[in-house]
Amino acid sequence: MSNRKLNMKDKYRLLTRDLEWEYSYQDYEEIFKQESFEGIKITDWSKWEDPFRLTMDSYWKYQAEKEKKLYAILDAFAQNNGQQNVADARYVNAIKLFLTGVSPLEYQAYNGFAHVGRQFGGVGARVACQMQSLDELRHVQTQIHAMSHYNKHFDGFQDFAHMHDRVWYLSVPKSFFDDARSAGPFEFMVAIGFSFEYVLTNLLFVPFMSGAAYNGDMATVTFGFSAQSDEARHMTLGLEIIKFMLEQHPDNVPIVQRWINKWLWRGYRVLTLVAMMMDYMLPNKVMSWQESFEVYFEEAAGSLFKDLARYGIEMPNYAADAIAEKEHLSHQAWGIFYNYGHAAAFHTWMPTDQEMDWLSEKYPNTFDKYYRPRYEEWRKMEEAGERFYNPTLPMLCQTCQIPMGFTDMENPTMTSYKQSVYDGERYNFCSTGCKDIFDHEPEKYVQSWLPVHQIYQGNCGGAEMEDVLGEYYKMNLGADNLDFKGSPDEARWNAWHNLEPAEDKLKKAS
Amino acid sequence: MSKVYIALQDNEESRYIVEAIEEDNPDATVIYQPAMIRIENEGHLVIKRETVEEMMGRDWEVMALHVNLITLGGNVDEDEDQLSLTWND
Repeated sequence: MSNRKLNMKDKYRLLTRDLEWEYSYQDYEEIFKQESFEGIKITDWSKWEDPFRLTMDSYWKYQAEKEKKLYAILDAFAQNNGQQNVADARYVNAIKLFLTGVSPLEYQAYNGFAHVGRQFGGVGARVACQMQSLDELRHVQTQIHAMSHYNKHFDGFQDFAHMHDRVWYLSVPKSFFDDARSAGPFEFMVAIGFSFEYVLTNLLFVPFMSGAAYNGDMATVTFGFSAQSDEARHMTLGLEIIKFMLEQHPDNVPIVQRWINKWLWRGYRVLTLVAMMMDYMLPNKVMSWQESFEVYFEEAAGSLFKDLARYGIEMPNYAADAIAEKEHLSHQAWGIFYNYGHAAAFHTWMPTDQEMDWLSEKYPNTFDKYYRPRYEEWRKMEEAGERFYNPTLPMLCQTCQIPMGFTDMENPTMTSYKQSVYDGERYNFCSTGCKDIFDHEPEKYVQSWLPVHQIYQGNCGGAEMEDVLGEYYKMNLGADNLDFKGSPDEARWNAWHNLEPAEDKLKKAS
Repeated sequence: MSKVYIALQDNEESRYIVEAIEEDNPDATVIYQPAMIRIENEGHLVIKRETVEEMMGRDWEVMALHVNLITLGGNVDEDEDQLSLTWND
């Protein structure tokens, strides 16, 4: 039996844990300088458990298999003009939002995990972070590859990285990751590994991918599932780091609880974009935001926090605020984007009659009461040739950077408005969660790069709307922005399918 | 007791994995969704290499599960013979 293959646990021990050595001539604190400043106490890194026990040789083997499957399908999609088979051209705007808003986060995650992996004294955690870092780089690359095909046929894809660093609504996801990456290594792991990957990523990827599957977008389903196949490992790393910190020292519990409270709320606010995508941007609907929120947040996070209760960890108090918003969030977000449709690098539109009926059915308590009347008014204006675009710039929340358009859930027609004064200046917030986060670290958040403030300070290309949108954001004005109706995207789509534009149909009918 | 869950891409390989899960976890619920299959169970779910191999009629490594995996919920324990998901409540 001497040539017997090693079992998985032994192989993992030899190829991961056994790579560590004793530090004999350098101080541990000098090598791992960032390990202690956040107040997290680690007494024994050998207690770290990697549930998947993945070694580098197996990692390459299975990642290569995933890539081969993915690229075979991307080739087939391009060769068969897959872009013509999506449900309708409005759908592609969900993909524009993904490329400009989400894919650059994968790159940020790659940087972040490469950095924090270096900071941990435990070899198991270092190897797991290294693998996740490589995964994230693979995700951003495959997403850019997959969506480059859409860039040949639709507007709004061409300058995604430039836009991500500048455009007002993209500062919401960008600042979320900047916030995480400028924290210490353990807070980063709670922010991204636990809150984002474990608790929230299902709400991002699963609806996007099922939505793509229902809307004929084979390329996105495939890159999404390929990325998601790594996600189970990331989620498990996120849960492991939490359990490890909690088991290492009781002093860690309140620190971890505060980070969980903060990062669940920060992440949930970023998912506002997903809520609106699901309810408004998919021509063929899969499930409503509310339904997916109930399955992937209320139910899944409920089970998770029950499991963590033995450590003294509780469901964050802001979860109740998120639950209270579930029947409003997507409608308020789409309203904001419809208002600022001239300043977005994707198209917006009013839902069709059929889509409004679906919204009424899915949101019986809120849609007809609060949102349908507004939409009907906007539609009337549109039909009169006066499509509404809001010419003023909105006030932004200092923490999440979303325009202050959310309402008070006790009184859903009133704007939710909180404020704090710090060092003689007044700061504005959309919610208790965002205000508390600021109040705990004001010296961090007073530095936020708020797009609206930057425009007013003259730092974004000039004083006119065209200077900001065209010169500074690099939008192709008249092509990337404005309503879907009348856009070059619509014209091309109609030409491919020999369809009449909606306006011509109306003219003929009248 | 909370539910653990696992979701797999809906494809030819997963079909056998799902059959094996059903055999080893008779109380589990299998839900077919667009392009994916979600399996959930109260408290505990196990995927056994031996049963999957029997269904597929060939050798199969537990790690190969990752190729078709979409998401999961629960504490994971994996070795060469099985992958299990549990909640400790």
